[in-house]
Amino acid sequence: MSERRSQLFGVMGEFSTPEDLLAATKKAREAGYKHVEAYTPFPVEGLSEAVGFKWTAVPLLTLAGGLGGGLTGFGLQYWVAAITYPLNIGGRPLNSWPAFIPVTFELTVLGASIFAVFGMLALNKLPQPYHPVFNVERFAQASTDKFFLCIEARDPKFDLAETSRFLQSLHAEHVNEVKDEE
Amino acid sequence: MSVTGNLPAGHEPEPWIEPGHTYASVTDKISSAVLTRPLGIGWLLGFAFLFSIVMVLNLAIGWLITKGVGIWGINIPIGWGFAIVNFVWWIGIGHAGTLISAILYLLNQKWRTSINRFAEAMTLFAVACAGLFPLIHTGRPWMAYYMFPYPSTMGIWPQFRSPLIWDVFAVSTYGTVSLLFWFVGLLPDLATLRDRAKTRWQQVIFGMLSMGWRGSARHWHRYQSAYLLLAGLATPLVLSVHTVVSFDFAVGIVPGWHTTIFPPYFVAGAIYSGFAMVLTLAIPMRKAYGMEGFITLRHLEQMAKVMLATGLIVAYGYFIEFFMAFYSGNKFDVFLAKQRLHGPYAPFYYALILCNILTPQLLWFKKVRRNIPALFVMSLIINTGMWLERFVIVVISLTRDFMPSAWGRYSPTVWDYATFVGTLGLFTMLIFLFVRGLPAIAISEMRELVHEDSHGSEGHS
Repeated sequence: MSERRSQLFGVMGEFSTPEDLLAATKKAREAGYKHVEAYTPFPVEGLSEAVGFKWTAVPLLTLAGGLGGGLTGFGLQYWVAAITYPLNIGGRPLNSWPAFIPVTFELTVLGASIFAVFGMLALNKLPQPYHPVFNVERFAQASTDKFFLCIEARDPKFDLAETSRFLQSLHAEHVNEVKDEE
Repeated sequence: MSVTGNLPAGHEPEPWIEPGHTYASVTDKISSAVLTRPLGIGWLLGFAFLFSIVMVLNLAIGWLITKGVGIWGINIPIGWGFAIVNFVWWIGIGHAGTLISAILYLLNQKWRTSINRFAEAMTLFAVACAGLFPLIHTGRPWMAYYMFPYPSTMGIWPQFRSPLIWDVFAVSTYGTVSLLFWFVGLLPDLATLRDRAKTRWQQVIFGMLSMGWRGSARHWHRYQSAYLLLAGLATPLVLSVHTVVSFDFAVGIVPGWHTTIFPPYFVAGAIYSGFAMVLTLAIPMRKAYGMEGFITLRHLEQMAKVMLATGLIVAYGYFIEFFMAFYSGNKFDVFLAKQRLHGPYAPFYYALILCNILTPQLLWFKKVRRNIPALFVMSLIINTGMWLERFVIVVISLTRDFMPSAWGRYSPTVWDYATFVGTLGLFTMLIFLFVRGLPAIAISEMRELVHEDSHGSEGHS
């Protein structure tokens, strides 16, 4: 691996409790770091706000999927029953909308659910098999019981020695460089 | 229904997770069943047995496709028979998973955490078994795509005013959304398995399935948003599915079917049988994999209470069916009610009352709710009762409708039994594969529970 050209992605500090990580993340933001990311084995309340992430488009996408599914569902049934394949049964109305509600409802839920899930995955840029943080050996613990804070090299305030020292001052148990292999 | 609300002061509730667990210990315990535990002789023998039953199912379906639905005991006036009885039974069982995952999530019930994952898996497998029956009941399963709206060269389209078409949409939507919900829940756990994988192929498989999940704060934020929305969407969905299934009956004019009580009592019955099946599976599983610390006695008791409550709603449904038959004065409805009590299939009706209404009253007693063998037997009795309910609804009404000249009798053939037993084998075999192939309990949610417990707050409920 050492033959490959590698560049620095950032510096990563390891913590044992979500509270320590949350406090460290807040301090890093207060210290002026912009490109910070926290990694945890379960969702920690307040952490996404602490890394400066407040708004997600997932609910809007879900709404769009629901509206699209519902309109498609009703439109399809109306088009089939009233326009392209009308069946006159005892002169009953062709646009018998109450009978179209169950399918409209099901397709609303289907559209919204598909948009919620695939919207979430797309916004998270998944699937993404490779990410520089996986190069840190201890990062395997991020899905078990350790909590990580990564300050990225693209941050204007980033300086390898300075930022490592800063993470140490936050009582990180381990501080690792994160390499990105090209 | 607060978790701790009604307890007298100074009375500490039992925890939802055995004390002393850490993030690492719950992760180890649950993931080891997948990653390191060797295949025991019990599992192998069980799997071999179930696999042979699935072969019986294949044989039954193969013969059905060769000869047609005439190999079953169905004939006019009984066109539905076992196929529809089993369809409704399986789809009902498939309701507990999404109920536990979605509704109990919205209600902030922490006890769902230990059981939601395998209840969702159970839902998927039950829906798969359910979907099989209407498919093969068409007699020409290779033409089942006729039920979907597609631009055919013949210019014909499905009849969207028919409950049977609503059913196609309801069941396929339910299957899809349950799968998505299950997969989203699994995603962080698949990442855990990827990071703890012991062999190359485990790494590759879980690596691909986990899609590169790395648990960043931004990931979790969007994840939780999507999960909450899915729970909100799945809640009306799960209630709609059995409602639509009940429309298959209630929209028809056959005596005993044409009642407005059907949708709510079908939904209650579905939850009733679903929880019974969760207990049937959870009790042996927690024993076999040493999960007693996660699926505690308190969880089992909680499920018993849900069964008791939904069982009473079902009992109310049975009562209202009778009451409305006599109150309406409609002679066909009155006759059908009497046929249930005195007709040729009366023993099934009495067995149904015994299984679904009388026996479950024992669940009023705490001693019974906390007695594991008793609960297990009770869950089997309720599952049997719910199957009988669908048999009574389908067969008694169809054999005794308006004209005595149109009456008939129904008796299933060996192929009916082979198909039904075959789906039982398929369902259990899939459960066997699931408990060894994927984490049967949601690991990341258990870690969250450990975190909340360590901070002394019994939930934010």
